[in-house]
Amino acid sequence: MTARLVHSVLVLAVMSFVVYGLMGLMPGDPIDLMIAADPRLTPDDALRLKALYGLDRPWTERWLRWLGQFVQGELGYSRLYARPVGEAMLPALGNSALLMLSAMALSLSLAIPLGIVASLKPHGMLDRLVNLLAFASVSVPVFWLGLMLIVVFAVSLGWLPAGGVADVGDGGLGDRLRHMVLPVSALALAGLGQAARHMRAAMINEAGADYMRTARAKGCGPARMVLVHQLRNALLPITTIIALEFGGLFSGALITETVFAWPGMGRLIYEAVMGNDFNLALSGLLLATAMTLMGSILADIAYGRLDPRTSRT
Amino acid sequence: MFKRLAPLVLSLLFAAPALAKDELAIGITQFPATLNPSIESMLAKTYVLAFAQRPITAYDASWQLICLLCETLPSMENGLAKVESLPGGKKGIAATYTLRADSRWADGKPVTSDDVVFSWEVGRHPQSGVAAAELFRRITRIEVKDARSFTLHVDKLTFDYNAINDLRLLPAHIEGPRFKSAPAEYRNRTAYDQDSTNPGLYNGPYRITAVVQGSHVVLEPNSHWGGAKPAFKRIVIKAIENTASLEANLLSGGVDMIAGELGLPLEQAIAFEKRHGARFNVVTKPSLTYEHLDLNLGSPILADLKVRRALLLGLDRETMSRQLFEGRQIVAESLVPPLDWVYAADLPKASFDPVRAASLLDEAGWKPGPGGIRVNAKGERLALDLVTTAGNRSREMVAQVMQSQWKKIGVELRLKTEPPRILFGDTVTRRKFPHMALFAWYSAPESVPRSSLHSAMVPNAANNWSGQNYTGYASPAMDRLIDSVEVELDKDKRKALWREIQALYAADLPALPLFFKSDSFILPKALKGLVPTGHQDPSPYWVENWRWE
Repeated sequence: MTARLVHSVLVLAVMSFVVYGLMGLMPGDPIDLMIAADPRLTPDDALRLKALYGLDRPWTERWLRWLGQFVQGELGYSRLYARPVGEAMLPALGNSALLMLSAMALSLSLAIPLGIVASLKPHGMLDRLVNLLAFASVSVPVFWLGLMLIVVFAVSLGWLPAGGVADVGDGGLGDRLRHMVLPVSALALAGLGQAARHMRAAMINEAGADYMRTARAKGCGPARMVLVHQLRNALLPITTIIALEFGGLFSGALITETVFAWPGMGRLIYEAVMGNDFNLALSGLLLATAMTLMGSILADIAYGRLDPRTSRT
Repeated sequence: MFKRLAPLVLSLLFAAPALAKDELAIGITQFPATLNPSIESMLAKTYVLAFAQRPITAYDASWQLICLLCETLPSMENGLAKVESLPGGKKGIAATYTLRADSRWADGKPVTSDDVVFSWEVGRHPQSGVAAAELFRRITRIEVKDARSFTLHVDKLTFDYNAINDLRLLPAHIEGPRFKSAPAEYRNRTAYDQDSTNPGLYNGPYRITAVVQGSHVVLEPNSHWGGAKPAFKRIVIKAIENTASLEANLLSGGVDMIAGELGLPLEQAIAFEKRHGARFNVVTKPSLTYEHLDLNLGSPILADLKVRRALLLGLDRETMSRQLFEGRQIVAESLVPPLDWVYAADLPKASFDPVRAASLLDEAGWKPGPGGIRVNAKGERLALDLVTTAGNRSREMVAQVMQSQWKKIGVELRLKTEPPRILFGDTVTRRKFPHMALFAWYSAPESVPRSSLHSAMVPNAANNWSGQNYTGYASPAMDRLIDSVEVELDKDKRKALWREIQALYAADLPALPLFFKSDSFILPKALKGLVPTGHQDPSPYWVENWRWE
């Protein structure tokens, strides 16, 4: 485990160098964009501001300075949000976690039973229905799905709010939940198909395993066979999917966040990259990398718990 | 009986006046990065602060300079502005302003001359992070007469000497300690970002009472506001970046209106009006945002004036405006919009004339060639590259129409789109576009085009790519006109100079003028009193006139 942690730190260091380098290679800087938006800015202003923000220095120098600050526990200051990076990221992080974890919980709670049902009689009526649903879920773009949910449930029926995290002045639990329904549904439905198909495939794969024949020979009932023996092993590949999605938790819902005006990490990172906010972009992208690495470690731990043979080898 | 009563009840219901409304929710497409009035320049910030901060002077909806926080606009005629002789023979100006007696910060403290001096000190400090510092640099000294009156001594005598729109006031009693202890850190420590709901930061009819980063800003009335009482007890400004979602929010009641300054693009607003015009007022206001094609005059093809003229005559801009924007984008003949008082209406218009365009191309040595595309004596095709911003549907549509119209006169147009940060961060600023770049300039009324037309403003490696004369236009005549118009105080003489600028621009065509864009306001029928301005000073500067009827 120690080796894995050291490896993760090295990956993060390399990642920070690559991300900073890529952003440095991108043309233009924030001051160029400010000039394009404001004709009052003179060439003198541009030179002064570039020096002020350190944009007149090579990106390697800026990266080393950032690294030095980071080692001392400072993430730096977000130019775009005019506040410390941590302060700018924290609310977005909370919003993204709430959105993504809820969507993942909803998606899995639907996908696992659907996968199980579909696997019981492969190519039967239920299996075909589940496959159709999964196909639709994989094929429909999430922005379209989001807009359709808004059109039906917010505009036509008026049951739910079209966007945002809470009504102004309310913000109670009920209000927060109402605002979560549509974005969580859109994300959950978009991820449902893939998870259900994986679950079905894993269940079918396990159904033919030796231990299942043995259990059947011992007189184990069908429900116990499926829910105790087969399901436990079939959950292993699903664990991998969950682990991989863990990294995306904090950066991957850009489209959903944009459609539903949800102030989360996806939008924050996108704006930081487009606005040349080096400190914020770097911290956001590194956080996403760290979460992916952590997800992978957690998946290994979960594997060990679900199948002790994995940890022994 | 019910059958008789039902129509009566229904008619009473529908005839009833709209109930007064305490809260107004406004949708815009960006969230402000900082709320400090001086640091950075961003339309979203200008819009939000317009409810809560009043500049000393501003341009009104008829594009005239007026006092908002001052009592009288200084002028030579009323004696409040006087010409001063400066060392070296230069002329400067001393302009005296008096702040309105009823102007107060929302914590009850009066707005004073000390605030003016402090704001100037912040603005001129090289490390404060204030972006547009030109005005602050030009003010050499402030003479405080009393708590409300002060005289600005400016080192240059320009016609807009009394426009101090950029001198945004900062409350010295709150921002002073934050700035004075560490000016270089001020931009990171301003109370506008660290203590945004402090009432002492705002002097307008509203003050900011809540900020949810990336989501919304809440404004409530400033109890110390001395002007007309605003109608709404609360105004909420929600940032919804995706315009389809913004529209859906309007239809579902999430927002009451969409601001024109930062809302739907014109074609989306027109489509919206067709579908929902019965429920909302869609108001389009022609603005001074100047959509045009910057031409790279370093290109051998475009260096030829006949080719440039032929290209303009080969464009049917009237039809484009009519078909794509229902005629709501005014065709431009130069960089000055018809709403500006210096607009020269008597200059000839470059109307669509494909026959004349073809003949000019013939004269320039471009003869019809294979596939209908013209070629020169060396057999080179008349093919031009156009680059514009990716994701801007209006521009992409206009570019495609231009491509088809120019093909008819034998010109091939190759289209390319780039993300704004690449286009404005590299391609145009470093003059890397081979032939044409399609984008817009956004400026103030009677804005002198020094940055975009003066020969000293051509970006190059030697001047570290500063300046906005991306076309590389170098005309001694234009330089002289720009230098003269800036310092001409006589209105008639200045109008004559502006006429010459427009005439020379239309004759030389360093850029091809296309349209003046329109802002689209989607307003509820019950909202009255909102008057779009069409320039950099947004409509909420007059929010106390907004009513729900």
